[in-house]
Amino acid sequence: MRAAFRTGAVATLAAAALIMTGCSADTGSEGTADDPIELTYWAWAPNLDKVVDLWNDEHPEIQVTVNKQDGGDPAITKLLTAIKAGSGAPDLIQAEYQKIPTLVSSDALADLSDAGASDLADQFSDGTWDSVTLGGDAVYAIPQDTGPMMFFYRDDIFQQLGLSVPTTWDEYAAVARALHAADPSKYLGTFSANDAGWFAGLAQQAKSEWWSIDGEAWGVGIDEEPTQRVAEYWGGLVQEGVIDNKPMYTPEWNAGLNDGTQVGWLGAVWGPGVLSGNAADTAGLWKAATLPTWGGDASNGNWGGSSTAVTSQSKNVEAAVEFATWLNTDPDAVQALVTETGIYPASTDAAASSLTEAPEFFSNQADFYDVAADAAASVAPFQYGPNVNVAFSAYNDEFAKAAEAKTVDAFLAAVTAMQQVTVDDLESSGFTVAD
Amino acid sequence: MTATVEAAPRGGARRTSPKPAKRGPGAARRHLTPWMMLAPGIILFALFMAAPILYTFVLSFQSEVVQGLGLGSGARTREFVGFDNYLASLSDPEFLASVGRVLLYGLILVPTMLGLALLFALLLDARRTGAKGFSRVSIFLPYAVPAVISSLLWGFLYLPAVSPFYWIFERLGWDVPSMLSPGLVVFAIANIGLWGGVGFNMIVMYTSLKAVPSEIYEAARIDGASEVQIAWRIKVPIIMPALVMTALFSMIATLQVFAEPTTLRPLTNSLSTSWSPLMLVYRDAFTRDDIYSAAATSVIIALATFAISFIFLRVVQRRAFGQED
Repeated sequence: MRAAFRTGAVATLAAAALIMTGCSADTGSEGTADDPIELTYWAWAPNLDKVVDLWNDEHPEIQVTVNKQDGGDPAITKLLTAIKAGSGAPDLIQAEYQKIPTLVSSDALADLSDAGASDLADQFSDGTWDSVTLGGDAVYAIPQDTGPMMFFYRDDIFQQLGLSVPTTWDEYAAVARALHAADPSKYLGTFSANDAGWFAGLAQQAKSEWWSIDGEAWGVGIDEEPTQRVAEYWGGLVQEGVIDNKPMYTPEWNAGLNDGTQVGWLGAVWGPGVLSGNAADTAGLWKAATLPTWGGDASNGNWGGSSTAVTSQSKNVEAAVEFATWLNTDPDAVQALVTETGIYPASTDAAASSLTEAPEFFSNQADFYDVAADAAASVAPFQYGPNVNVAFSAYNDEFAKAAEAKTVDAFLAAVTAMQQVTVDDLESSGFTVAD
Repeated sequence: MTATVEAAPRGGARRTSPKPAKRGPGAARRHLTPWMMLAPGIILFALFMAAPILYTFVLSFQSEVVQGLGLGSGARTREFVGFDNYLASLSDPEFLASVGRVLLYGLILVPTMLGLALLFALLLDARRTGAKGFSRVSIFLPYAVPAVISSLLWGFLYLPAVSPFYWIFERLGWDVPSMLSPGLVVFAIANIGLWGGVGFNMIVMYTSLKAVPSEIYEAARIDGASEVQIAWRIKVPIIMPALVMTALFSMIATLQVFAEPTTLRPLTNSLSTSWSPLMLVYRDAFTRDDIYSAAATSVIIALATFAISFIFLRVVQRRAFGQED
């Protein structure tokens, strides 16, 4: 009995302690080497802590601790939970561009324009800067990396079959047919219903406007010509059977990259990391090109890319902005980001100076980063909305059905359904939606 | 339990202090003691069970409403919306479809799993079975593998391009459809549940078989009963309470299926983010950031689980234990 009672008491104390640790206080706004400002930073980029160590060594008065996250989605879910709870959010967070409107509308991000972030505009391309300002005067994050889309292909198989690199989508379709006819086990690519960001990038290239701000109302333009054109194109290739319909990032897809049944991949500038991780034995066999275009119109989309944002719970916004500015624009920091985390920097000047040598996986292509710079230069502007998460999960569900049905009609129906789900969600949340 | 709690201090007091204890403080302590003993349990239950459940109820009657563009601070307000979330959940075709899928999944899984578990338990309990320890452990072992891991393992086996089974089928010239195709995916998920669940249910049944006194079997054998007759006429009726309990637990687990389809979803086009009711709740709460309708759907699922368990127990108890009353 005594023992049981004691165990119970200990458990109660432990429970109480758990609750207490939730609320620790931050003090001081001016840091010194003896009493530094402590910043926490939630991020998932690999090895980011090594880059942050450079800052910590040079700046004893502002010490940053990286708290490694599982990835973009879980980190944002955790942040939104902490915002709702009123405490527990970090000072800084790595936020993908498509998450920014959602975070802003949940009041999770601090406006950095007063802390000197507005002066950074000319360091970044207009499209990138727009995605952290949402087209207004406020600055909600400092861009870190971008993901201009690129076309990766197996150069050895292309040469063997005498195929030429497609520069337009018509040529891409022709190459896909020729390749599949030459060897029915091979595909030039796959239509992945699992990667909404990938499809958003393709729609961005076609100059879609999925969301737009129309005065005091949100416009939703998913079910319109540009996206319908993209869906019809891919639906046609899947219906013909010359493009695979299985999701990317599965063991099956990895096997395809390795054994040469997936001959091409519409990826983004961070693709070498994925390819070297999933198909290490094929190093030196791939080449990168800019994305095929719609009838020669030089335009591109982004797949991925993220920024450094300061949360609304941070008590040291100025110190956080100072750090985030250094991390994303200082030449040494950007160089370290490139070598340690393998990102493609958003800062245009820093990108040019730090990206000189092709990634190891593409050592056969000395001009890799010239191609990447071309890809980055033509990225079309794209506005994300406050319910990207809803539209993206609708993409997963609707296009999964379409990819399984393998008809153009199903692909077009999926676009309509995506529009419907997105508008319904905005309206039921109370947003004003333009007709 | 309560008796010992009250008796212990009284006996202890008599032994340590020679004069009789004063009425006031002693009586107060006597009243307090059981509460102090219960306090850790009550506090932990209140903090980590009752409070979250209560909060879920409160959330389920609320909604977050945005004004205009919804940008900037103060654009979102919380409002009470009555039963709107419940009505929306109950009339959501996706929710009803997910319930339908899970019922089909349960119809496939529960009878197969319990049937196999009972068969294995009876075989292990039979007199002539050898290597009992090894068989028991090897049947039970899959239960020790977490559902996410087992789903990943099976996921590899289901994908034709990486599965050794499909490699063999191809060599044999058989055209076997992918287990992850829309028509078969429910069997693929049920199979994972089966693989993990048979061992646990078998152990429960086997343990209650071990508790049966062997005299009963001896009597049956003297009467000329065969092993099959002993199993069917004696063992199964005696362990009926264990069968009812495993059936109930399996049904509840069925309604709550989440890890297997969630882990398999990225591998295939056949599973939606709202395949099972709990996946729908997860999507609403964490992907769509709408914890209010997720709370309402959770409450509906919890109430349905209670109702099904209650009805099942009423029906089964009347039939299984009717003669005992």
